Amino acid sequence: MRIACPFCGERENGEFTYLGDASPKRPNFAVDSGESPEGVEDAFYDYVYLRDNVAGYMREYWYHGGGCRSWLIAERNTVTHEFRSVTAAPGVGAAKPVQAGE
Amino acid sequence: MKYSIFSLAKAALSGHKGWTRAWRDPAPKSHYDVIIIGGGGHGLATAYFLANEYGIRNVAVLEKGWIGSGNAGRNTTIIRSNYGLPGNTGFYEMSMKLWERMEQDLNYNAMVSQRGIINLYHSDAQRDAFARRGNTMRINGIDAELLDAAQIRKELPFLNYDSPRFPIMGGLMQRRGGTARHDAVVWGYARAADQRGVDIIQNCEVTGFVRDHNGKVTGVETSRGKISAGKVGMAVAGNTSRVAAMAGMKLPIESHVLQAFVSEAIKPLIPGVITFGAGHFYISQSDKGGLVFGGDLDGYNSYAQRGNMPVVEDVCEGGMAVMPMIGRVRMLRQWGGIMDMSMDGTPIIDKTPIDGLYLNAGWCYGGFKATPASGLVFAHLLARDEPHPEAARFRLDRFRRGAMIDEKGQGAQPNLH
Repeated sequence: MRIACPFCGERENGEFTYLGDASPKRPNFAVDSGESPEGVEDAFYDYVYLRDNVAGYMREYWYHGGGCRSWLIAERNTVTHEFRSVTAAPGVGAAKPVQAGE
Repeated sequence: MKYSIFSLAKAALSGHKGWTRAWRDPAPKSHYDVIIIGGGGHGLATAYFLANEYGIRNVAVLEKGWIGSGNAGRNTTIIRSNYGLPGNTGFYEMSMKLWERMEQDLNYNAMVSQRGIINLYHSDAQRDAFARRGNTMRINGIDAELLDAAQIRKELPFLNYDSPRFPIMGGLMQRRGGTARHDAVVWGYARAADQRGVDIIQNCEVTGFVRDHNGKVTGVETSRGKISAGKVGMAVAGNTSRVAAMAGMKLPIESHVLQAFVSEAIKPLIPGVITFGAGHFYISQSDKGGLVFGGDLDGYNSYAQRGNMPVVEDVCEGGMAVMPMIGRVRMLRQWGGIMDMSMDGTPIIDKTPIDGLYLNAGWCYGGFKATPASGLVFAHLLARDEPHPEAARFRLDRFRRGAMIDEKGQGAQPNLH
């Protein structure tokens, strides 16, 4: 498995650290404060513990610790290990995802 | 056919032509009292205990490939009960006691070999942690010995004791731990379950659940047609999320790949199982002579049953660090299995929120040693609709309640367990 970092080019995956599924969104207390405490608790339970555990293409966070030290979002097939895209994660050095070559 | 020295002698004298098949190959019936999805060690053990202990014999085990083709055939065959947390200690010791009588119970040679397992330590802090774990084990009636470097050197003279980074200071030994022949465990349970009336149906993939108007699961759709069932149990670790998704469930599980390796066969060298946790490496020697070893998860979600090179390198480095002579043998084979990594590193054996559907999952990379106990407690749950006392803590709602059993203290980051 080689990962095409948008900043460093194609590198072997030993340079990267894996965080996991990029889809879950941390519940926002300010937004959820109108809801019941159980509602907020349920949202956090879902966020912390439950996983879609996708078989197929999944958006996931990788950290390029052995290179540019950027957080990246990759679309990778969990069944075949094929990558469809690798972009910089928004909010960490980029306002929107950055494609390779931009 | 009962296997014994006499049946062996008789078959030998008749040119080994008298052996009959060990289990039938039945067509699926239209209804079973219990359907187990997954013909691995756990599913077959569950069927065996349902028939043998709980008197439920109208049971089918559905397997999408051939039995034992998943993790039951991909593990490193280690059995042990050296756990430290309430919930785990009793459960795994029950499993160890079932291993000790398995061959007599099943009339099958599973090559259970209690050759001992040692966890090495390399610092004062690690020694204290192992002393504590050993004491916990002994309080719970499990054997444990804390050995110092000189004692280990007598048994394992070939290790590298003076590494500047990880000098071996001692280890925690469980002498009743060891290995068993993984395929024979599958075949033994399959044969014993079949003899008690269980239908083992291979090449039968479950493609969906049949639900009634209340949402209760009343059967399964399969590649060989619809089969109705009083209860359906899932024992499909590795693919639990995929099967659960067919019933609309989202679970606290991620699938990860774990690699294992075997070297060319050499003469007897390693007496038991050695774990070098600090270097992410463990090793034993099979009866055939190959060195069987492995390390950590690759670390990313995967259903691919194969891993990548960084972990191969990491495992081999670990081996070279603790046992430099390993550099002289050649690696023969390497493979990957898909682990059901739960959010606390501990299995889940429970009813699901869906009526009629039962869950046996989340075995992480420790499912093989649990095979007999997993079968017994899952059979208990399916038969009695209440958890077995030794599995009462392995509930699905423990994450919601904050009652995790996190042996490694790592939190909800499954690739670090």
